Amino acid sequence: MPEQPERPLPLFPEPDTAPFWAATAGHRLTYQVCLACGQVVFHPRRHCTCCTSGDLEWRDSAGAGTVYTFTVIRQHGHPFFRARIPYLVGLIDLDEGFRMLAEIAADPEALRLNQRVTVTWEDHADLSVPIFEPQ
Amino acid sequence: MMAAPAAAIAGIHEFGKRVAGGLSPLQIKAECGARALEDAGLTWADVDAIYDASEAGRMQGLTIAEYFGITPRVVDTTAVGGSSYEFQAAHAARDIAAGKANVALLTYGSTAHSESRAIGTGARFGSEAQPAANMERPYGLTLIGNYAMVARRHMVQYGTTPEQLAEIAVTTRRHAMRNPEAVAGLADIGIKSVREITVDDVLGSRLIADPLHLLECCIVSDGGGAVVIVSRAVAAGLRTRPAWILGTGEAVGYPGSGADITTTAAARSGSEAFGQAGIRPEEIDIAMIYDSFTITVLAILEDLGFAKKGEGGAFAAGGRLGFDQPGGPALNTDGGGLSSNHPGMRGIFLLIEAARQLRGESTSQVPGARLAVAHGNGGLLGTRHAAATIVLGTE
Repeated sequence: MPEQPERPLPLFPEPDTAPFWAATAGHRLTYQVCLACGQVVFHPRRHCTCCTSGDLEWRDSAGAGTVYTFTVIRQHGHPFFRARIPYLVGLIDLDEGFRMLAEIAADPEALRLNQRVTVTWEDHADLSVPIFEPQ
Repeated sequence: MMAAPAAAIAGIHEFGKRVAGGLSPLQIKAECGARALEDAGLTWADVDAIYDASEAGRMQGLTIAEYFGITPRVVDTTAVGGSSYEFQAAHAARDIAAGKANVALLTYGSTAHSESRAIGTGARFGSEAQPAANMERPYGLTLIGNYAMVARRHMVQYGTTPEQLAEIAVTTRRHAMRNPEAVAGLADIGIKSVREITVDDVLGSRLIADPLHLLECCIVSDGGGAVVIVSRAVAAGLRTRPAWILGTGEAVGYPGSGADITTTAAARSGSEAFGQAGIRPEEIDIAMIYDSFTITVLAILEDLGFAKKGEGGAFAAGGRLGFDQPGGPALNTDGGGLSSNHPGMRGIFLLIEAARQLRGESTSQVPGARLAVAHGNGGLLGTRHAAATIVLGTE
């Protein structure tokens, strides 16, 4: 049997996003909030993108949000994704006020913008990949 | 009354073939550079400022002067994808106005087609651990998919139709069919039926990333070009008709949380450039707009102020952007990235064709063209992109 192509995963060491990915192993979707000014920060980083305090707190998202936009990928050069087409990728607006890119496990013909979605998890060795599905 | 412009495009050259036949990107750059200098009536020794996006090798700011055999006083290595050349033209105009340079040379060379580089659907994941990339890498969003996300949002938010988007591809192909180098190039890169296309052809081509169809995506070619930008004093002694740089603007965009991805960074770079030029969009004869995809053009037409946000679809309909049509600027009269050439970063061709129009030398010439805009868009419209606008005029 030929080896199954694997999903590309984040590369480490990368200190800004390492805590996010570490939390996914416990199926926790995390984001940051600045304790000085309240700014929601995503993607993760060490500094606040609004004020200069750098006093960021990690919080857990409930993992629910709406589809801001999406596409259906029908052609791909990478063997993992080629085997997966057609599949959906979109921007999700989480209820806590951050936007993230993610795969959406849904019927390409049925999914609509602004539809409610919830996070599910695809487990890998040291982390899990968030994949959203319609509520 | 605006101050007299300090800098003008005085030399241009576009590499004629879309398959380079064994030349390297560096060789294409040098050939185009020499031809553009010749076009202006200048030579390598006149060049005192070099602008390079490092597309033909790493850290070309260090090596390209030696390769060309020049001794620049200004070295600018702005590399922001396809819009690099509009950024570089803005910087050249600024450097010339500041008295730091008299003859600026911008060059581009690429063998993307010969290398079979799958620009739009390849596995663009990179090998560097970067924070933004780490949040996107697992999802396999292709470059086309990235732009498609903007198209989807635009359609739902404003009612833009697939037919309206397709019109942009139809008009651009019409212009390409009038350009012999584009016609030969389409055949050379393997397009089986080189002809004008219809809205039905576009919508009948296969979906690559919904809602974008194959014929809404730029081709992948080899190619290159060069632009020589000179000071007023130098321009006065040259034989070519100068295309004056009247205004420039630069911006970057990223989606952030809660941002509207249907509005691109062109909204900022455009108002900056038009403001400096003292020109209104409706005065523009020629719109050279980076056409990586149909949606790129539609969103940027709106952001530059040719149409209200959300009304770009209706604006582009009915062939209005054709070179011989009233009521709108002539769009991408060389045939664009959709149908003439797209070796990966086509920003330099926007400047070249704008200058051709202002000289009266286009294959889809707008009679008496006086004002042109070249707008480059680099990177990924749905995630992060760089935009620069150059307003050009015959005086």
